[in-house]
Amino acid sequence: MSVFTIEAGLAILGLVLLLLEAFKPDISRRTLGLTAIAGATLALVLLTIAPHDSASLPGFIQPWHQLDSLALFYKGFALVITILVLWLTLECAPYLTRFTVDGKLAEMFSLPLIVCAGMMWMASARDLVTVFVALELVTVSFYVLVAFARKSAFSLEAGVKYLILGALSTGVLVYGIAWIYGATGTMSFDGIAKALANPATSKTTALFGAAVLLCGLGFKVAAAPFHMWVPDVYQGAPTPVTAFLSVGSKAAGFVVLTRALDAFMAEGSIIGSEIQGFLLVIGSLTALLGSLPAMFQTSVKRLLAYSSISHAGYLLLALACRESARFDLSSGGVVAFYLATYLPMTVLGFLGLGLMRANGLGEDIKDFAGLAKRNPLLALLMTISFASLAGLPLTAGFLGKLFVFLGLADHGYWGAMSCAVIAAAAGFYYYFKTILAMYTTEGTDVPALTFSGPAKAVAGALALVILILGVYPKPLQSVLTSDRPAVLAK
Amino acid sequence: MSVLELIIALPLLAALAIWLGAPARAASLGATFINLILVLYTAVQYWGKTGLAFTHSRPILENPSLSFAVGADGISIILALLTALVMLAAIWQIEDRPPIFYVSSLLIGGGALGAFLTTDVFFIYAFHELALIPTFLMIALHGRAEPAQRKAVAWKATIYLGVGSLVLLAGLVWLVLEFSGGSKLTFDLEALRSQAKLNPLPDAKQAQIFFVLLLGFGSLVSLFPFHSWAAPAYATAPTPVAMLHSGVLKKFGLYGLIRIALPLLPQGAHVEWVQNALLLMLLGNILVMGLVTIHASRLDNTLANSSVMHMGYIFLGIAAGTEIALKGAVILMFAHGISIALLFGLCGRMRNQLGTLEYNKLGGLATHAPAFTVLFAFGSFASIGLPGLTNFAGEVLIFLGNFTEFKAGVLTNLQWTVILALWGVVMSAVYMLRAYRSIFHGSPATGLFMIDPVFSQRVPFIMLATTLLVTGCCPWLLLNLMKSAL
Repeated sequence: MSVFTIEAGLAILGLVLLLLEAFKPDISRRTLGLTAIAGATLALVLLTIAPHDSASLPGFIQPWHQLDSLALFYKGFALVITILVLWLTLECAPYLTRFTVDGKLAEMFSLPLIVCAGMMWMASARDLVTVFVALELVTVSFYVLVAFARKSAFSLEAGVKYLILGALSTGVLVYGIAWIYGATGTMSFDGIAKALANPATSKTTALFGAAVLLCGLGFKVAAAPFHMWVPDVYQGAPTPVTAFLSVGSKAAGFVVLTRALDAFMAEGSIIGSEIQGFLLVIGSLTALLGSLPAMFQTSVKRLLAYSSISHAGYLLLALACRESARFDLSSGGVVAFYLATYLPMTVLGFLGLGLMRANGLGEDIKDFAGLAKRNPLLALLMTISFASLAGLPLTAGFLGKLFVFLGLADHGYWGAMSCAVIAAAAGFYYYFKTILAMYTTEGTDVPALTFSGPAKAVAGALALVILILGVYPKPLQSVLTSDRPAVLAK
Repeated sequence: MSVLELIIALPLLAALAIWLGAPARAASLGATFINLILVLYTAVQYWGKTGLAFTHSRPILENPSLSFAVGADGISIILALLTALVMLAAIWQIEDRPPIFYVSSLLIGGGALGAFLTTDVFFIYAFHELALIPTFLMIALHGRAEPAQRKAVAWKATIYLGVGSLVLLAGLVWLVLEFSGGSKLTFDLEALRSQAKLNPLPDAKQAQIFFVLLLGFGSLVSLFPFHSWAAPAYATAPTPVAMLHSGVLKKFGLYGLIRIALPLLPQGAHVEWVQNALLLMLLGNILVMGLVTIHASRLDNTLANSSVMHMGYIFLGIAAGTEIALKGAVILMFAHGISIALLFGLCGRMRNQLGTLEYNKLGGLATHAPAFTVLFAFGSFASIGLPGLTNFAGEVLIFLGNFTEFKAGVLTNLQWTVILALWGVVMSAVYMLRAYRSIFHGSPATGLFMIDPVFSQRVPFIMLATTLLVTGCCPWLLLNLMKSAL
């Protein structure tokens, strides 16, 4: 069985679940949800045992598909986040169904599987067409997911905003791809890298195309100045979808960025240094414009949205730093590492929010008051999540930031580094403001807060992963120092 | 698992156990007591030895090279001893408090032990941050002031220390980049040290990096003018937190300067502009803060400000950089930690029993509580620098260490600073003796009554006072641990 079969199977499972719900309306959401989770878990198991070389793929797909360690990493990543999101949906179901039209959640279980197939496909993309098709599969599914809680005005507003801006960014992306094709005469990443190394290629055309393409992708990963949609959409979308957007969609955007930039910034590229400067500026701006407004938020969900923007900023800065002799982590490796640490801490944060919501609480910082007394375990787990998001040493979040900062310092990008440091310092403020609220003792005469055994287990496991990766990141080292051959060498 | 790893892990494990439901007092006292014995054991083992001992390393990453490496030399062992003693005393003196007091004390102590006993810059930094978090939370949540005020105090400390930590991180990253040369990045302190011996940096660059580190480490130690967070934080903090932070955790900045900055940048502190800046700042600590302390009208303010002031002497030892002065600085770090923890512990007890610490409302307590008075006298006389108590040994060594190259008639800037700094000793005497007199002597204030602590309550304070007396009379106990450490 090849990896491609697994992806196709996952998409088919999504379709089957969709049809099943349509023709057998009395099927319980528990059955649907557990089937989806089981399917995704099976896919994860199969992924580990399937052959891991590109030659194992079916012949017709080989020109568009590659299997390197980065692709495999992101495929696993997509499956893990999908499983977690499906489970979180099931956990929040009693609350979510109040806002759906028919009181059901069917598409909430089938669409994530299709999104997952899209993300897995995107991770292997070798050319811009595959990227575009996979990206649209993901984005269109998200249009539905964001607006899923249709009885909630916030969710509807978020859905409309996401649809309009998403469609616009798609247009920009296609426009960029067209210009790139015009400049280089090819859509494949290898071909683009070769063409850009050729001095005869028109620099202006290529640069314009690359810049427009990066703007289009900037929308997807929420890079400044294309980040305005994030706070409203994240706040309005159902919490499991927000988690999915914040982790899954972002990771998908970054794998494409990694691939595209490997081509644009390959050795000898005529536009390499311009693109690098562009990334440094955009990355610094994104980190600052995410972090500074976050300091003034009163809603934790909105705060997490802004923080997600600033994390995208650090990731963009990591992409700007190519390998050097004494710091041989590839920029793609650093991004992958950062995202791998970002997954557990973000999901844990949103999981906590979802659980509080399910207990009838709001999402404001003031709703966190006295959480430590109501449920000490949840407070501790949320503390670990927020501390890691802030980048506290001995948590996974610190290592990710440290690698980004080391890369910047190694290249001597002091301006970008100062912006990143300021953003990180602001991050400490707003995360710890929230942590402090959890432990205040004022107004704690409220009832205890309960959550289920599986929720405890999942949240505990995520917290454990954060702490273990914080002191023992070796398991991820294969990703960090992936000996991925340079694009040109192929 | 090496003995040092066990020492670091014990308090953290005890904190975890309490959180999982173990009895707080028994678990934390047990863990800290075993910890003290283990630290004493390492001190005895190290007796007379030189260099880094008990080393053990667990590789974590290859590039950048990162490992969980532990190791101790004399300085580390002295500071670990300080931590173990203060942690035990701070936990012992807690009475009728929720488990979070025990957990936070264990985390602060465990973090400090981790910072003192690891030899990888990454973990040295990380453990210190770990210890800072509970400090802020405890000030904000259980501080001795109105909620709005204690939160403001906690935020002020957080901002100063947070920014200080970031500056420090920038300086450390700069060091790592400079000393890694063209090869892969390493955080291992020993590797960096050998690299610094082989290829020292040019003096001008050493001075720049040293200055960044000085600002970073300095704001953690309340170096003037980055000190204004410290006094309100200590005056507001719950007693065990005040004892542990002012006694132990604050020494991390000084430890970092002696352990990381001085060996890697031996010329950094001697380049003229850095030295003059440092001397001005430390004179600010001693003279300005000395005057501020004299004007304090409450015991907690006096103690908090005096704690800021005394840091100036230790910086003076670091500025001199001679063998004798640095040994004096380490001894004074130890002595100040023990004496300020003793005083904050007693001060917390007074506040609980009397409800006030204003000098003009207190008086004549010696008649009610003679044992308490004697213990307080130990702390305050040590703080003044009375011969026979440890602080004296440290201060004298620092002052002498500045005169190792004395030419008659020509005084260097350092030596002028010493002459000015000596006036600080006078100021210490003024404010501590005044505090002692107005609290314990004179006519008993009406309506105030204080009960002498019973024996089990005295134990932690007796332990600290005895330490001051023993190491004060026999400072060679500490000096012998530092035969080659500098």
